[in-house]
Order: sequence, then C-alpha cells, then structure tokens
Amino acid sequence: MKPLLKVAGLNAWYGESHVLHGVDMTVGEGEMVTLLGRNGVGKTTTLRAIMGIVRERKGEISFAGEDLMRVPLHRVARRGLGYVPEERGIFSTLSVYENLVLPPALAKGGMTIDEIFELFPNLHERRNSTGTKLSGGEQQMLAIARILRTGVRMMLLDEPTEGLAPVIVQRIGEVLKKLKERGMTVLLVEQNFRFASKVADRFYLMDHGRVAGEFPVSELSGRMEMLHDVLGV
Amino acid sequence: MTMIFGIPLQAFLGQLLIGLINGSFYALLSLGLAIIFGLLRVINFAHGAQYMLGAFIAWLLLSYLGIGYWPALILAPLLVGLIGAAIERTMLRQLYSLDPLYGLLFTFGLALTVEGTFRYLYGASGQPYATPALLAGGANLGFMFLPIYRGWVIVFSLIVCLGTWLVIEKTKLGSYLRAATENPVLVQSFGINVPFLLTLTYGLGAALAALAGVLAAPIYQVSPLMGSNIIIVVFAVVVVGGMGSIMGAIVTGYLLGVAEGLTKVFYPEASNIVIFVIMAIVLLLRPAGLFGRDA
Repeated sequence: MKPLLKVAGLNAWYGESHVLHGVDMTVGEGEMVTLLGRNGVGKTTTLRAIMGIVRERKGEISFAGEDLMRVPLHRVARRGLGYVPEERGIFSTLSVYENLVLPPALAKGGMTIDEIFELFPNLHERRNSTGTKLSGGEQQMLAIARILRTGVRMMLLDEPTEGLAPVIVQRIGEVLKKLKERGMTVLLVEQNFRFASKVADRFYLMDHGRVAGEFPVSELSGRMEMLHDVLGV
Repeated sequence: MTMIFGIPLQAFLGQLLIGLINGSFYALLSLGLAIIFGLLRVINFAHGAQYMLGAFIAWLLLSYLGIGYWPALILAPLLVGLIGAAIERTMLRQLYSLDPLYGLLFTFGLALTVEGTFRYLYGASGQPYATPALLAGGANLGFMFLPIYRGWVIVFSLIVCLGTWLVIEKTKLGSYLRAATENPVLVQSFGINVPFLLTLTYGLGAALAALAGVLAAPIYQVSPLMGSNIIIVVFAVVVVGGMGSIMGAIVTGYLLGVAEGLTKVFYPEASNIVIFVIMAIVLLLRPAGLFGRDA
C-alpha cells in the first residue's frame, strides 16, 4: 500500500513540556489506523502536530509526498487533511447548517450537502437549530460531516466515541465503514478498542510520547491481555 | 404650549434628537470596538484616535486638495482602514501571544502618539468643517426645527450599523468571523486564513471609527482631542452593552445617547455623568453587560 502519511522522528512541545519524543508511523492510502494508549501519552498531540496546530515540533511529516513541516495551518486543509478535535468544536453562534458549510470545499471529491444529509438524517432535521443545542452524538456527527464536504483525503479523528451511548457509538462505526468504502484514509485516536477493532485495519500503541508497538487487526485478539495491561482498561 | 412630563414638548424633542445624534456616534464607535474585541481580544484604545483621524483626513482633503465631503466619506475610512490593517500586520500581531494588557497599552500609546502629533501640527483648538451643500438647511417638522444634516447622521449611521450587523450575522464572511471569535485555531485548520481575517477585522473596525469621524466633522469641530473626549463615553457604552456583543453595542449606543439627552431636559446637572452612573449600576447588577453572555 502506498503511504499517504509518513511521520518520522516527530518531537513536539507545549511550551516547556516535551510531549512527543520521536514518533514514527505511516498510514497507507485508504487505510484506517488507530492510535491506542493511556491518557497523556501524546495521542492527541500527535494528531495536532501532524495537522500543524502544535507548531513547536521537529522531525518529518509528509503527506502525499509533500513536506508539511513548513506549511502554515490554514494551508494544510488544502493539501487534503482534515481534523476533528476531541471536544468536537461545534460553534455555538452558528446554526447546524452554518457549522456544516463553514469549512470551504478545497478539493474535488468532497460529498455534497445532499449526500451528507443522507448519511446523517438527524442533521437535516435540525439544520436550523443552534450548533450546540444538539446532543453529544449529533455534535460528533456534525463535526465529522463538516469535514466530508471539503474533499479531504485523510481525517484525523480524536476520540469520536467519548461519552456517547452504545447505540450512537455503533452508528459512528457504520459511518466510518461507509467512509472507508469511499476510500477515506483515517487516523483515529480511540480508548474504546472494542469499537476500534471493528473499524481499524492496523494499530499503533503509544507510550511516553513514542510508538511502542504496531500490529494488524488480525493480531488483536492474541494481544488482548497485553493491551489490558498496558492500557489499564 | 404642549407639555410632556411638565417639560415643553420642543425642549423634550430637541434633546431627544441630540441624544439620538450622540447615540449614533456611540453606536458606530462601540460597534467597531466590539467587533475588534470579539475577534482579536484587543481593547482598542486607539479607537478615538482613529475617529479623530477620519475627521482630520476629511478636513485636510477639503483644505489642501479641495476634495469635498462625499468623496471624503469614502476616502477617509479607506485610508484609516489601510493604516489600521498595516498596524495590525506589523505591530499588534506580535502581541497576541502575550497578556491582553499589552494590546491595550500598545493601542493606548498609539492613540497618545497620534493625538500628540496632530496637536503639535494643528493646535488644540478646533477647525470648522462646513456642512455639505446638499444637506445644508433644515426642515420644519411643525413641533421642531430639524437641521437636515443631523437627520442624515441618524439615518446613515443606522444604515451602517444594521448593514454591519447583517454582514456579521447573515453572510459567509460573517460566519467565518463568528466562528473565529469562538475558536480561531479550529477555523484555521479548516483552511481559512485566520491571520488575514484578523487584519481585515482591525482594518474594518478602524474604518468604522473613521467613518464616524467624517460624519462628526460638520457637527463638532475637527480637533485633535475630539477622539479622547468621546472614547471614554464609548467605553462605558461597551461595558453597559457587554463586550463582544454586536447588536448589544448598537442598541446600547443609541439608548445611552437618548438617556443622556433626556437627562439634559429633566436634570441637566447630571447629564455628563448619567452614562457612568448607568455603567456602575450595570456592573454591579449584571457584570457581563446588558447583552453580554456570562463568561
């Protein structure tokens, strides 16, 4: 598989605190990869450093063969990367529809509004309400949906199932599978590895700001005990 | 003679009109302040200087180049807007990562520098600016005499305020501004050039102040201190309305202008302090302002 995202020796800092100590990973075109790890090992920071939100970083990040290290944040989306933050980032002064069409469509191949509403019928019903009046699950759907319009090739998705009811988690799983069928590449941060095991092709295990292990989904069941140990779940 | 609340109707309506005119300037100026604060988190102390600069550019254009009121109404805001954008780009931008106090101090220093320079060049006394011929004269409304220029100021500033509000609430650019006010980093990650949006916003805020300055030139005299005289009241308006609320800034501007005017009728001695009394009461009872959301 052709690597779409390549990260090598990535270090990142928040002010004085050195969070990432040389992260190495690759994500292939159309692949769904999950980052596992305890709280505070640098999963979210990895996503934010790849996106270019964390600017105090060193190392290599290339996307579709292009160096991302010198690209300013507002030009990263144009290269085909989209970021869905853990806190979802739904805007309270914008309606659901305004939230949905906020990110400009920057590349071809994005979903149309009709396709998005077909995938997320709830959002259509509630398109005129205030973004933050939606339930947690609907906000998560909206946060994913608004990236789909823009024609991104790869999504950085931070804990999409956090705090959501099982039925909603299942719904998000279905959405991710559909996106995968469309050829979307996803780098997912997830604590819920039962959920992750249903959608992901491959896993990276992070510890202390580094990648501590890597295995395909087929080896997941054999490693359950080790994972329970390491993740403390 | 017709009386209202024991006051002659003419006096009442006359002060109401003056209140509305002052309110127009309060609204235009506090609107710009609120937009700038909302997105940049900078308390723009240079706002009064930018207002003064607008009036002065109109006066300079007329005195030295013979360019009249109508072109000045466009040229002065454009020029001050560009100066504002340049200042944001080269200087103000350096301060975003620091404590908000630095932005306040920087713009305060800027205001003092600009005002001092104009005082040095043109003295502290005011320069008269003639009312444009098209708006000279007045209309007898039966119950009072309305100078046409003052009617124009009220109508035009209302249009500008509502227009600005519409742009922010109903357009795509406005949705970028609102979203960037909430979470600039995320908006930038969507591919929107937020640093440029900040420059644009500061330029627009400065241009609004300059527009108010041109409007004010024929009513008040054009003087280097006109900005610092009005800006303190405008800050009180913003505090009462609630920082960062666009509609709040507009409505409060007019309301406080009228409150000030009417106080002149009923209890003239208090007219200079009534806005600050209201500010104190609002701060005690509703610290976030009448239209502000609690932080």
